[in-house]
Amino acid sequence: MMRGPHLVCPAGSLPALKKAVDHGADAVYVGFKDPTNARNFAGLNFTDAQLAEGVAYAHRNGREVLVAINTYPQAGQTSHWHRAVDRAAELGADAVIMADPGLLDYAARTWPALRRHLSVQGSATNADAINLAHEHFGISRVVLPRVLTLPQVEYVAAHTPVEIEVFGFGSLCVMAEGRCALSSWVTGESPNTHGVCSPAAHVRWDQHGDTLHARLNGMLIDRFGKDEPAGYPTLCKGRFDVAGDTYYALEEPTSLNTLSILPELIRMGVAAIKVEGRQRSPTYTAQVTRVLRAAIDAASQDRYSVRPEWQRELTAISEGHQQTLGAYHRPWR
Amino acid sequence: MKLTLGPLLYYWPRQQVLDFYAAAAHWPVDTIYLGEVVCARRHELRTADWIALAQDLKTAGKTVVLCSQALLESAGDLISLRKLAEAGFALEANDMGAVRVAHEAGAPIIAGPHLNIYNGATLDWYASMGAVGWVPALEMSAVALRQLLAERTCTIPTEVFAHGHAPLAFSARCFTARHFDLNKDACEFRCIEHPDGLPVHTRDGQPFLRINGIQTQSATCQSLWHDLPDLAASGVDAVRISPQAQYTAEWIAAWAAALAGTAVTPDFAAWQPEGVSNGYWHGQAGLAHITGSTR
Repeated sequence: MMRGPHLVCPAGSLPALKKAVDHGADAVYVGFKDPTNARNFAGLNFTDAQLAEGVAYAHRNGREVLVAINTYPQAGQTSHWHRAVDRAAELGADAVIMADPGLLDYAARTWPALRRHLSVQGSATNADAINLAHEHFGISRVVLPRVLTLPQVEYVAAHTPVEIEVFGFGSLCVMAEGRCALSSWVTGESPNTHGVCSPAAHVRWDQHGDTLHARLNGMLIDRFGKDEPAGYPTLCKGRFDVAGDTYYALEEPTSLNTLSILPELIRMGVAAIKVEGRQRSPTYTAQVTRVLRAAIDAASQDRYSVRPEWQRELTAISEGHQQTLGAYHRPWR
Repeated sequence: MKLTLGPLLYYWPRQQVLDFYAAAAHWPVDTIYLGEVVCARRHELRTADWIALAQDLKTAGKTVVLCSQALLESAGDLISLRKLAEAGFALEANDMGAVRVAHEAGAPIIAGPHLNIYNGATLDWYASMGAVGWVPALEMSAVALRQLLAERTCTIPTEVFAHGHAPLAFSARCFTARHFDLNKDACEFRCIEHPDGLPVHTRDGQPFLRINGIQTQSATCQSLWHDLPDLAASGVDAVRISPQAQYTAEWIAAWAAALAGTAVTPDFAAWQPEGVSNGYWHGQAGLAHITGSTR
């Protein structure tokens, strides 16, 4: 059997990390409990002791732990990000995932033996960008932003010696990661600066008769009738008015699902398939890891087809129970 | 402080673009940025046309900088980029790939606002790659900028996006095509019908964003007009005015007068009817409008 790409799964907590390992992840990615990672949500992420335990658990099972330090170090506070890299190295992480050139440079000089991955927040959409980070900071892998079509992924993969990691499943960020300031425009805090998008502290729900209003720092992101499921007011997934039409002007609540194109991704030589969702529960991590493990193993052999039960399981945990191939699929609108 | 004219972020008819820059040749701006930052499908002016325009404006006495696209995806995008980098002008890099291509071509680099420079070490690295100027991320506050300038070791000048609709995000999806229920590759170039983008309002009628092809901008105009004294005090060397379909000449004249110390009163109600924002500069939500110093 051909060895398939690594399955890289999310863990917002130690129980989720263990679920990922137990259900077949090759690597688990995590972050610290602070703004150094792009999922800086209350109640999530790892203390040093939890990371040490997680690394030990993963290593006992022959798996890896990758630490995301993928926000942009803010002026005057860069020592905090440096310390995060030091902690990841000291606690035995297998790689750090970073976006900022200054921080990549620090990691390469201070911990040369610690593998460096270029985060999706680094917005590297072409081989020149990836190769620059390879030449200067020795990155061994890049996580591609979810803006490329399948042929573009293939073209990039063919023009860089760096391993390619692509998103395989999860909530879809419609903007090029690292290139979106919508959250800070409305709330003052963004993924790049604070590791958050549409932060919960700014969310307000108002009931007006039968209608529920979802506001972010006072801006109306959507309103829901009594029979409509109310989604979290992520600001790009709201309904707005454009020239008299009210609709999801930027993005519907939907999840990326690549089950149908896994063989193509494998044929292109992608090194890793990433699952989004450090903010989700350990149960989510377990379910999606189990399905993707089975699917990647099957797709690495001949005669692959998507099994209906995989599709059912993933649909159940998709945002709005809707799925898309996103930018991989060119006619996406 | 110097005054610069940022790249045109919209898709205007060819003659409108040529007329705009023919006028700009006589405006009191030191530097003019040219080129297509947003979308490769916008071809009223092709790469060779932008380079020819750059030569004309250089002859007219302007410093000219060519600009890279912010999202570089296809092989064609990279071919255009190489032509820009080899044209004999500085290149505003808005992507790491553009940094590499400009570096290889020996072109001086302006580190653009979409490179995400938030700390001194990162600015120093771009300077080591050949950056001769830089533009902070739109969301950077005055306090953060001062901290960055204090911790950097390079001395390249700082240019702030001081006036225009804030370019906030880039996507794989074309929101203008989506609005008209068209595929991105068959968009019918509808952006050309919306010279300042398409306004997006909340369901209770508040101006929120504007969609400009694959780019999302602020509905309001980010304007640091009232923060001018603080800009100079914060170590800013140049202020960038971003082209709009109307009143750009008037704004340039007003900013130039203000920089020269003349008292001027822009007609905000007529020139910027959707309102202005300056929250980012004050460390708040970008859409906020702060009057008076908060520091």
